[in-house]
Amino acid sequence: MGSIFNEMLNPDGSVRGPYAQIHDWVGSLGTAHVERALKEAEGIFRRLGITFAVYGAEEASERLIPFDIIPRVFSAMEWRRLTIGIEQRVRALNAFLHDLYHRQEILRAGRIPQDIILQNAAFVPQMVGLTPPRGVYAHIIGVDIVRVSETEFYVLEDNCRTPSGVSYMLEDREAMMFLFPDLFKRHRVAPVENYPAMLRSTLESVAPSGCKGEPTVVLLTPGIHNSAFFEHAFLADEMGVELCEGSDLFVEGGHLYMRTTQEPKRVDVVYRRIDDAFLDPLTFRPDSALGVPGLFDLYRAGRVTLVNAPGTGIADDKSIYTYIPDVIEFYTGEKPLLKNVPTWRCGEPQALKYVLDHLAELVVKEVHGSGGYGMLVGPTSSSREIEEFRARLKANPKNYIAQPTLALSASPTFTGSGVASRHIDLRPFVLTGDRIRITPGGLTRVALKDGSLVVNSSQGGGTKDTWVLED
Amino acid sequence: MLGRTAASLFWLSRYVERAENMARLLEVGYRISLMPRAIEGHRDDWRSTLTSAACEASYFAKHKDITTPEIIHHLLFDDDNPSSVRTCLRTARNNGRAVRTALTRDVWESLNGTWNEYSQITPGSIGPDRLPGFLDWIKQRAMLFRGALLGTMLRHDTYYFSQLGTFIERADNTARILDVKYYILLPKPSDVGSDVDIQQWSTVLRSVSAHRAYRWFYRDSTYRPWLVAEFLILREEMPRSLIFCYQWLTRSLNGLGELYGQRYECQTEATELYARLKAGNMDDIFQSGLHEFLQDFVNANNRIAAQIAQTYNFP
Repeated sequence: MGSIFNEMLNPDGSVRGPYAQIHDWVGSLGTAHVERALKEAEGIFRRLGITFAVYGAEEASERLIPFDIIPRVFSAMEWRRLTIGIEQRVRALNAFLHDLYHRQEILRAGRIPQDIILQNAAFVPQMVGLTPPRGVYAHIIGVDIVRVSETEFYVLEDNCRTPSGVSYMLEDREAMMFLFPDLFKRHRVAPVENYPAMLRSTLESVAPSGCKGEPTVVLLTPGIHNSAFFEHAFLADEMGVELCEGSDLFVEGGHLYMRTTQEPKRVDVVYRRIDDAFLDPLTFRPDSALGVPGLFDLYRAGRVTLVNAPGTGIADDKSIYTYIPDVIEFYTGEKPLLKNVPTWRCGEPQALKYVLDHLAELVVKEVHGSGGYGMLVGPTSSSREIEEFRARLKANPKNYIAQPTLALSASPTFTGSGVASRHIDLRPFVLTGDRIRITPGGLTRVALKDGSLVVNSSQGGGTKDTWVLED
Repeated sequence: MLGRTAASLFWLSRYVERAENMARLLEVGYRISLMPRAIEGHRDDWRSTLTSAACEASYFAKHKDITTPEIIHHLLFDDDNPSSVRTCLRTARNNGRAVRTALTRDVWESLNGTWNEYSQITPGSIGPDRLPGFLDWIKQRAMLFRGALLGTMLRHDTYYFSQLGTFIERADNTARILDVKYYILLPKPSDVGSDVDIQQWSTVLRSVSAHRAYRWFYRDSTYRPWLVAEFLILREEMPRSLIFCYQWLTRSLNGLGELYGQRYECQTEATELYARLKAGNMDDIFQSGLHEFLQDFVNANNRIAAQIAQTYNFP
């Protein structure tokens, strides 16, 4: 897909507008200075307990995510254009979810094959006919976006279940403001610190209609062993709401309550960070000890709001992804402003043949996988890895999709051997309640290995502060 | 506040207190095991350490004989022992992590830092020469935690629940240490006033860091069983005595009662126990039997702990 877009420099070597001052600043950074700053940053993160659990890595079960001090910068104009596209997409996703669980017009119209929805494990039949408050299903969406040129952005995937990473966005900003206050004096950077307040407003705005007075919101976590537990505790603290485990909540007399040291307290909105399957052992997985028995019945009765709604996973399933441009057109009547990455569905024989012939050039992903596990990045894999993957793909082609390796844009990043170009992506966080709210910025993830395109933190990726400059 | 949050605060303080007491018991046990063989019965001393630590059952489930290295390992590092220092520190830290938002940064850092360091230590590296320093370090970390708690926590329910954990545990420990001396090491008439006897009373006092305080307080050069017992049961000046613990337990329960505007049974019962200790005298206690007195106390203490858990909806 052509050459790699450099976020800081134009092809002729001149500096792109938003980076005018960053460029000089980066040039002025001595190695010793940077190393001291990184050490300080690490100290801040450790003290705060910002860690990320990596599944399968026992000795490092609470690891820090590497943090890069060179920010990723958008101009106000670039950001405006991007947010219009994001808003369009998020509106369409919520309309899509509403339709799938009601009249299924899009299936009737033949725009998406029925089977891939109705036989999809992510489709939750218990949601059929149910309308959540304000008709919102996916209140919190993280849209993974990559940039390939000055004006071209592609959506890699939509995270409509329980997207994580927002705490890194907030902490990266805190760290940067602590380490380089000068830099902020010289720029007008849109603040991100309102996110927890915006999240709380969003959650309160979707309280059940029967809720009188100020709604009580809680955050439901699977507990301290979850990889994102730090984020759960952080957000609960920032929002000023209780951080609950399933055992703290119970259903009685048609309402949800939490067990406190005094009287039980009624709960109206549950921002849950546990998966659908574990929400309620009476409705979903009976062996779940993480959820609350009877919760789903209450939800159906409109006594409590679950955020995000159960069953939103159908909208971000990788097998549905390829249809999202149609989804956007179908519900908004507009052309999609943000593009999808061209994708081959390996379940289709023609596509499979092409993919098998071009494995070395493609990225192949499991339809249901996440976090960068179980995927093949053709161009950076050995021929042995490719052959091993070929066998897995042939055995179960329906389980995979393939995409060209995108030339992710690159940003100056501090590495062991000085400043070098590294590939990045972007996950803005979009809140939908009484209205759509998008924090100016988001989480920029960076692949720290030279040439690597995998930015996932579970695979050694790092993060950067993301700046949106004000006009 | 969630009942689970209260429970975590209670247990994390309790486990830190237990870790500290364990270090103290080991310190004393180890000291005795180094004494010349002239003082017989060092196996009995280790056994009494195990009993005081309530680790007899877990130890003998794995080991047939009492040996110094195995005892040390069991009390410091054994993951199967729910009261080993390692288990205590891990549990305390995990409880702290679950209620991270209820703790001040200083309290959290003391818990987190202690566990991070402890978890890096390989048991084999703590040989006899490093043991005393290591035990000191454990005590220091527990004191750092307590200092952070006292110095930075709001006097609110979070603080009261932590205090309850500390003093329920401490009361239990002190009562147990005294009881073991009286029951397991029941003085034979011939031993009274002998070197062995003095040795053992000094052990009891050392286990609660009170051997010097005792001398200052009673201005006495020998340990008199009568006074040692009084010191550890009835003297409010002594910060590990039963009455001191109950002074603080009532204070915390009253604080909670005021905060929540409600009086509960655990508050009444703790207040009564405190009043009994305050009115108590050693004559009566010895008359009716020290062992019986201490057994009753441990049971009452356990009952109050259970009532606290029930009253405040611990899961």
